[in-house]
Amino acid sequence: MNFAFLFNNFAELTITGLTLGAVYALVALGYTMVYGVLQLINFAHSEVFMFGTFAVAWVVVFFHGTSSVSQSLGSTLGLMAIALVAAMITSALIALLLERVAYRPLINRGAPKLIILISAIGASFSLAEIMGLRDRIVGWFGLRDNLAVYVNQARNVYSSPVTIDPKPLFTIGGYGVTDVDVLVLGSALLMMFALDQFVRRSRAGRGIRAVAQDPESAALMGVNSNRVIQLTFLLGGLMAGAAATLYMIRIGSTRQNAGFIFGVKAFTAAVMGGIGNLRGALLGGLVLGVFENWGSAVFGTEWKDVVAFVLLVLVLLVRPQGLLGEALGKARA
Amino acid sequence: MIRNTPSWRIAAAAVAAGLTLAACGTTNDSSNSSSGSSGGSSCQNYKLAYLGATTGDYGALGQNMVGGIKLALDEYNKDHSDCKVDVQVFDSQGNPEKATPLATQIVGDDSIVGLVGPGFSGESLATGKTFAEAGLPVISPSATQVSITQQGWSNWHRVIGNDAGQGAADAKYLTDTANAKKVFVADDGSDYGKGLADVVKQTLGSTVVDTDTVSTGQTDFSATVTKVKSSGADAFFYGGYYAEAGLLAKQLRQAGFTGLFMSGDGSEDPAFVQAAGAQAANGAILSAPAAPAPADFNSKYKAVNGSDSGLYSTQAYDAANIFLAGLDAGKADPQALNDFIGSYSGDGVSGPIAFDSKGDVKESTIWAYTVKNGKLDTENPTPIK
Repeated sequence: MNFAFLFNNFAELTITGLTLGAVYALVALGYTMVYGVLQLINFAHSEVFMFGTFAVAWVVVFFHGTSSVSQSLGSTLGLMAIALVAAMITSALIALLLERVAYRPLINRGAPKLIILISAIGASFSLAEIMGLRDRIVGWFGLRDNLAVYVNQARNVYSSPVTIDPKPLFTIGGYGVTDVDVLVLGSALLMMFALDQFVRRSRAGRGIRAVAQDPESAALMGVNSNRVIQLTFLLGGLMAGAAATLYMIRIGSTRQNAGFIFGVKAFTAAVMGGIGNLRGALLGGLVLGVFENWGSAVFGTEWKDVVAFVLLVLVLLVRPQGLLGEALGKARA
Repeated sequence: MIRNTPSWRIAAAAVAAGLTLAACGTTNDSSNSSSGSSGGSSCQNYKLAYLGATTGDYGALGQNMVGGIKLALDEYNKDHSDCKVDVQVFDSQGNPEKATPLATQIVGDDSIVGLVGPGFSGESLATGKTFAEAGLPVISPSATQVSITQQGWSNWHRVIGNDAGQGAADAKYLTDTANAKKVFVADDGSDYGKGLADVVKQTLGSTVVDTDTVSTGQTDFSATVTKVKSSGADAFFYGGYYAEAGLLAKQLRQAGFTGLFMSGDGSEDPAFVQAAGAQAANGAILSAPAAPAPADFNSKYKAVNGSDSGLYSTQAYDAANIFLAGLDAGKADPQALNDFIGSYSGDGVSGPIAFDSKGDVKESTIWAYTVKNGKLDTENPTPIK
């Protein structure tokens, strides 16, 4: 139990934990919103995120080619902005596709929640495997050679050829906070704030809260619940796309099963913060990221996942509704 | 009350006994010989089996090996067009739990004369007993953990040097060639990665300044990076595979680590450079108990398989060829084939091959491959003496 190491490097461990936690939080938003509106755990949201990471990598390969270079964040911002748009669109489309194919037919038939959950798990595996078999799928259309750099070695690690070199900007507690750290943390907070404001202030957001609170009364009030559900998935997808871009800026590599572990952690973060609560997702994500790092520092990195899940259990034992508790439907205007 | 009647108890005992017997036995009576004829010298259409990951996280490595086997078979079948040998691929995804029932399937198939595989150390340990009991000759192209050949399985061989040799050579490289005074050793907790890292740690002794264990599939290593920086290490050794190694190298360099990055044969793959980015990968040393393939190997491989050869392709090719040489010499019976392998001596594309009494290759040089100018230089490694 190495507490000395934790204290000596507290700033570094905490800030790097916060930046990873911010990405967890953005993905957790998708889980929490869908749960708030539909009481459904959207297991396939991890694949929505994964598709977003591939979109980022593909955009980089498309514009830059495959030669491996290192660039500063400043010179890559333009490319990353395009990648962000592409990732958000891709993730949103996958999320809407999921809703249309895997959930809506079951919801319309009034299927039990458990059945929809199973559909979610199936969708999750299918999407991950589709990405892993993309070389063969593309081969059916005879495009295997043209799209070789995008689909070859479909089950292998796929890396963005442009590596972003972080530059230290200022120092906190002995750790040089880099521009990448600031970007990831800052943009995640910004997006969450934007989403929170949207849900609280806009008409569509009111509709989401209404359906989350009581779908039947909302329908009586003239809220089109199908549209609201689609909007929820869309927003979750957009956030996942943003998370994917930030993840690729920070980590740079992805693979077809990259969504799985990440999704489990993000879901854990959503539950820890209070499932159905947007601000809870943010808090849960940040707390999880930080505690993973602290746990790794004290016990060793092999205990990282143990620490994360023990933390979840402890939080729920003390406060079963999660850290922030209140749900989407109860958010005040 | 019905549960306590004697007839229920007898029935329950019978079911339990039946299940136990079914689980224990490996039976050959469920197999069917794939050759229809039973005439004396007609072709038996033998098969080689491959057991390993062809899909999943490390599918790329398995596909390299299957490609090597197919190249060997392609060349053999050209000369033996009247009696071809085929390969049957059993995909375990590198997972010992998935490999075990597949091993039972393999020993149950009479037309399979030998196994090229298993691909990974974990699955080798899990399936070794099944193959040993059936006496099926096994030659692994890539499973390097030391303990596999210490189990007393006389049918198990490998054409690749084991981790004891590789770990010792890596440690030697770190102290003698790289002049490292403080080495940080990390591993991924897998049978292979931990095994290799443990040998390195043992050989380095007090030069090891700190250690850490990560997991396969992990992508954020900030805690490990912080640990490395705070330990003041001037060299970093990683026991594990290329996906994590590449990300570790990238994150270490981004955090300002300037020491040597070294890893073993699980990272010796061009995907390491992609995952790390050219700049972070430059200067990395990746060891492997495999010499570079001869110049024409890749073009022949590509002609048969349609893609470039990779890590372990040459080993799988050599392993398959040993089996084929045995079949050519008329040794199709498991015991005869096993004896043939045990006394085999020849030059494969991966190096000279002869097996010691435990199944390890007698001669194994460990080669240090360097990443230069953003590319893994697979042509000019330096041997670690």
